[in-house]
Amino acid sequence: MTYVTHDESAFVPPVEVDEPELYHAKTWIGKYVWSQDAKVIAVQYSLTAIFVGLVALVLSGLMRLQLGFPHTFQFINPSSYLQFVTMHGMIMVIYLLTALFLGGFGNYLIPLMVGARDMVFPYVNMVSYWVYLFAVLLLLASFFVPGGPTGAGWTLYPPQAILSGTPGANWGIILMLVSLAFFIIGFTMGGLNYVVTVLQGRTRGMTLMRLPLTVWGIFMATVLALLAFPALFVSAIMMTLDHLLGTSFFMPALVSQGKGLEHSGGSPVLFQHLFWFFGHPEVYIVALPAFGIVSDLISINARRNIFGYRMMVWAILAIGGLSFIVWAHHMYVSGMNPYFGFFFATTTLIIAVPTALKVYNWVLTLWRGDIHLTVPMLFAIGFVFTFVNGGLTGLFLGNVPVDLPLSDTMFVVAHFHMVMAVSPILVVFGAIYHWYPKVTGRMLNDTMGRWHFWITFVGTYCIYYPMHYLGILGVPRRYYAIEGTDFIPQSAHSVNVGITVAALIVAAVQILFLYNLVWSYFRGKPSGGNPWRATTLEWQTPETPPKHGNFGPTLPAVYRWAYDYSVPGAAEDFIPQNQPPAKAAPITPAARARA
Amino acid sequence: MTTALVVLSVIMAIIVGWLWRRTVNVAPWTAQRAGDAAPGNGELQMPSVQVGLVVFMTVATSLFALLISAYYMRMVETDWTNFALPRVLWINSGVLVLASAAMHMTRTAARHGNLDATRTGLIASGAFSFAFLGGQVWAWQQLRASGELAPANPAYAFFILLTAVHGLHLIGGMWVLVRATYRAMRGVDPKRVRLSVELCTLYWHYLLLVWAALFFVLLNTHR
Repeated sequence: MTYVTHDESAFVPPVEVDEPELYHAKTWIGKYVWSQDAKVIAVQYSLTAIFVGLVALVLSGLMRLQLGFPHTFQFINPSSYLQFVTMHGMIMVIYLLTALFLGGFGNYLIPLMVGARDMVFPYVNMVSYWVYLFAVLLLLASFFVPGGPTGAGWTLYPPQAILSGTPGANWGIILMLVSLAFFIIGFTMGGLNYVVTVLQGRTRGMTLMRLPLTVWGIFMATVLALLAFPALFVSAIMMTLDHLLGTSFFMPALVSQGKGLEHSGGSPVLFQHLFWFFGHPEVYIVALPAFGIVSDLISINARRNIFGYRMMVWAILAIGGLSFIVWAHHMYVSGMNPYFGFFFATTTLIIAVPTALKVYNWVLTLWRGDIHLTVPMLFAIGFVFTFVNGGLTGLFLGNVPVDLPLSDTMFVVAHFHMVMAVSPILVVFGAIYHWYPKVTGRMLNDTMGRWHFWITFVGTYCIYYPMHYLGILGVPRRYYAIEGTDFIPQSAHSVNVGITVAALIVAAVQILFLYNLVWSYFRGKPSGGNPWRATTLEWQTPETPPKHGNFGPTLPAVYRWAYDYSVPGAAEDFIPQNQPPAKAAPITPAARARA
Repeated sequence: MTTALVVLSVIMAIIVGWLWRRTVNVAPWTAQRAGDAAPGNGELQMPSVQVGLVVFMTVATSLFALLISAYYMRMVETDWTNFALPRVLWINSGVLVLASAAMHMTRTAARHGNLDATRTGLIASGAFSFAFLGGQVWAWQQLRASGELAPANPAYAFFILLTAVHGLHLIGGMWVLVRATYRAMRGVDPKRVRLSVELCTLYWHYLLLVWAALFFVLLNTHR
């Protein structure tokens, strides 16, 4: 393999290129409400997602109250318990994590990190947010309609999702399906922007291989989402038709409450295939941005270049490619052909390889690094722990014979909460602590941040570690109450009390985080432009917070990758991406040696 | 799910392969002159709107592949009834080919800066597309009038769903087409008209291809 080398000494001044005309709003409403500025849209997305996420957090607290102290709370009945389960799951996965990582961080970071003035299609970007908001309002409206929200479980499996007897089978499920369809339409508009901006909007010198891994993660996650969400879209439309027009896409012939229904011959397994064809890539839609952001947080705070940058990029590509051929490992219990099970178990284990590679590279980046245990770094390292824990239990569940007895138990709940709930959320927190200074110009309070991290991190283990044992005992998930069952010992109930107490403490400490967000906005220490001494372009803007257009009169030209930390011989321990080689210390021999 | 699996695998292979080729032979840790690296106007030498359209068409491909997969999976159940496809679908297909061909000629005219021919082409293509949509609605009515099968029958439901989703995509394109025609009639900014024509041509060819695939599937599974 030969490397492309270049004359590194010559300084080339930035060349004038055609710049997109930006729409500069003149009114307050145009700037902050109907805004076409990606940074404002990012904040809108983030605040909406965090708000709806808090609703889901409260729901999980109510579920835990019921599980820990059954018969204590009169307002939680079996129906409302199922509704809490459903809404908690759907909100957290789609309306919080997907929207926050792609709509929030994607919008804020892509243009700034690639050196663009804004997204390529600002108007479409604005519409994307408003469609998302509409989807959220539709979803929340289901709490107020007759029958309440759907209680079908977040997987919405037919036939039970639309049969009378399931909570919210009339209004709730329709609002959920329509809301999902709108979410997908809104997301597609945003996703077009993220992909095309990364491809077309990069500034001079910002080659693909100089992109920070955050952008790589968000980019690939968007590609996955654009291709996978149509599966959810199709299933939502077809189930709506089954419910409203009496078609039989998914509904088999069945007798409900003594009456034969008009449906016949529909295939519930078809829905499961479509749902998980979306559902599995969804895991990586959430995970890939987290991978990218963690890579950057670790590199910045260890003051070292990321270990194996190219391996990290290719691992992202490999995970993206493989994520489409593992979906049926969610369906081992659906009675599939054993050879299919074998195929999907194999692909599931293969996808662990690039994932493990990333973990090794994070650890190797830390190795002999000049580690600064800042709050973002704490969250990043916390992520590595929870992700490895959750990933290892994934190896159990990926194997058919181990999965069958564990399916639909608390073990599964513990597994996916570790790997795709807590882990990405830790990254979200780390990222907010990291980029809050750029968004507001002020640092978040450090002491509150450390309390927030330690209670969340330790609390996570208190919640989910014992849950694995409950699952191995056979405690089923989604059950309102588990009394009167011989195989569940009294100690399981005691464990449930402990889990509930831990969950409530973790939920309560999030209030401290919210308080910190508000308090620091007014009282936080002014951050300056580059408080973390980072190399990437968003920290090199002339103003903080950046103005509309991001970079002042001329766009930056990029001369190096995003990971020039602790370069031997350099004056400082970081060299910004837009610093020309002539002004930097001679890095050729050392850098070559590292190759 | 075989169709979806194959189509999505091909799409992902193309995307990953393309990115792989762009990343494999690069040593990112070497500093270089900005002038040597990517030009400021993007990775792909085409307008960003066109890239956006290609991305959108990829999303639509995923959607149609999943619908076809669902179709084949649902077909094997016992309540599926094959029916005689309305004859008018053949005419509709011909009309859509004409719309696509008219679009192609419009593009040639626009590239040569021939505004008159561009206008004529746009109007012709729009008229053929409207005719196609009308023909599809007519096909629905023929099917209902034939009384061959109940509306709740999955074969019927799938026929309506597939044609409707394809039709909605065409209607979305018509909006751009009508705007381009309006601009061409007023004779403003030939550059923007030309870009719209380029986009429409690409999209019309794509929708013709999608219709060909759908029609092929329908022909193979019905009388």
